[in-house]
Amino acid sequence: MAEFKKAPKEYKYTREHEWICTDGEKMGRIGISDYAQFHLGDVVFLDLPSPGTQVIQFSKMGEIESVKAVSDLFAPVSGRVLEINQTAIDHSAIVNQDPYGDGWLVRLELSNPDELDKLMDNDDYDKFVAVSSENA
Amino acid sequence: MNHYLLPDISEPGKTGCSLPALDVAPAESLPKELLREEFELPEVSEVEIVRYFTALSSLNYGVDSGFYPLGSCTMKYNPKWHEDVAGLPGFALVHPLQPVESVQGALQLMFELQDYLSEINGMDSTSLVPMAGAQGEFACLLMVKAFHQDRGDKNRNKIVIPDSSHGTNPASAVMCGFEVVTVPSDKEGNIDFNMLEAVMNEEVAALTLTMPNTLGLFDPQITEISQLVHERGALLGADGANLNALLGNVKYGDLGYDYVQLNLHKTFSTPHGGGGPGAGPVCVKTHLTDFLPSPLVTKDNGEYVFISPANSTGKLCDFYGNFGVMVKAYAYLRFLGAEGLKEVSNNAVLNANYIKEKLKKYYHLPYDRKCMHEVVFSGKSQMAKGVHTLDIAKRLMDFGFHPPTVYFPLNVQEAIMIEPTETESKETLDAYIQAMIDIAREAEENPEILHTSPHNTPVRRLDSVKAARQPELNWSMYMSSKKRETGTKETEL
Repeated sequence: MAEFKKAPKEYKYTREHEWICTDGEKMGRIGISDYAQFHLGDVVFLDLPSPGTQVIQFSKMGEIESVKAVSDLFAPVSGRVLEINQTAIDHSAIVNQDPYGDGWLVRLELSNPDELDKLMDNDDYDKFVAVSSENA
Repeated sequence: MNHYLLPDISEPGKTGCSLPALDVAPAESLPKELLREEFELPEVSEVEIVRYFTALSSLNYGVDSGFYPLGSCTMKYNPKWHEDVAGLPGFALVHPLQPVESVQGALQLMFELQDYLSEINGMDSTSLVPMAGAQGEFACLLMVKAFHQDRGDKNRNKIVIPDSSHGTNPASAVMCGFEVVTVPSDKEGNIDFNMLEAVMNEEVAALTLTMPNTLGLFDPQITEISQLVHERGALLGADGANLNALLGNVKYGDLGYDYVQLNLHKTFSTPHGGGGPGAGPVCVKTHLTDFLPSPLVTKDNGEYVFISPANSTGKLCDFYGNFGVMVKAYAYLRFLGAEGLKEVSNNAVLNANYIKEKLKKYYHLPYDRKCMHEVVFSGKSQMAKGVHTLDIAKRLMDFGFHPPTVYFPLNVQEAIMIEPTETESKETLDAYIQAMIDIAREAEENPEILHTSPHNTPVRRLDSVKAARQPELNWSMYMSSKKRETGTKETEL
């Protein structure tokens, strides 16, 4: 089995392999996990929601196209998009190289921080990935 | 590789033929503003042009060059004499605007083909009109919509599909204004029946269920699925891309399907590499007959005529569809007959199972059960050594084989989908199996050779990210990027 980078402790995760890292009370950065980038393969295009867009938890907020397929990107929490990562749009390889860091995708303002409780913490996510890899 | 174009070898005065001297007065020249001076035709000798195009043609790999495990999904072997039949003047030279009295033979062929396709699929009527598979799917969903609206059931705006579906299934549904609901597969690779039951409400217009599914598996719950779908007031439709597995043995109508969309170019012998032409007839049960795309061919007082069904969803193309493709399908069916057709699917299924049994020791087989016309492995055992399915596919080219479909279906990690089809001999299958076994061993012992493959092809590993982001679409784009990369002057290339 392939080895994945350990999910960072301070992040929260979805079953669709997005992560969110809150900075301060109501701001958060969103990206995809190492497991996600590995299985997508080389990312080619990102279609991200423009700043100002309201996104809803677990609803589609964009698309990621890799050399293999186009996949939906889901919002881990509800909120308003503040910024998208232009570097990732221009140099999509960064999403593969540094999915938990410089390869982040969207920064948003959370409309309901309580929604974070519906997400997995790093230990649960690592277990979830281990089970997904077994079953796939 | 043939790194030149004709202008590169052009020299003034070189020629492939000599024209006689002009023995009439030259025609008056075109107005000056219409003349282009920069338009230069290359001047080359006959042997140079023959070598140029022969070299180009030798860069191809197709089903005529060797084993091509993309199978009927892309293109199986198509007997050559069907081309001769389609080229007969009575078929090739008819004009779509000719009076029908003068093309009775062509109409008879269409009439009988409609009949054969209905019979093969256990359906009641067929429209040959749709120009290819995706348009056939579109036609089916237009009929689904019209069917529900016609009986006053106006809130059915969802199409249910399994997660193993072909990409066109959700795309066609969205094109038709439906919302798509995806149902996951269960541990056996079938549609998850409990999940299906949960989503089948009064908003669902139809379930699109490819049979066998894209994992090459026949869903044994099909009778229960059909019952459930109909109890909930929806229709059951088949994407017929995998009909090659069923021909002559199983009919969609008998399984409870209301409609099916076919691909004559996949199943019924039409070469279509390079994008066409195809033909995507749709076959339906009686309750959908009135909605079929127009026109159909019928027999009236001994004459073949075109008619339009009462509530037809309309015309989908000019005239009558791709007639040449219909001729080849007709020739194929008449040549094989009912018994021959059964042998096609029997051999297609046998060949896939042979490969499955021989390779399952070497590659992970996610669903270890009898398959139909195709078998889906996963490259995940090889991932421990950092080898991906893509590397395995590329390495196969060094062994002289076309790679199989990879990374599809999407619900299998690192999928490798092999569809050998009915025409391959045991010797060919064995050679391919041996290559796959050798590659599995290389993945263990020398993964680097896979990462850097292919080694023996005209072009080496392509950069798929660059191909998507900065495609080089013509020769001059290729040359200037080459120049940027190497820093060389154009004259040195």
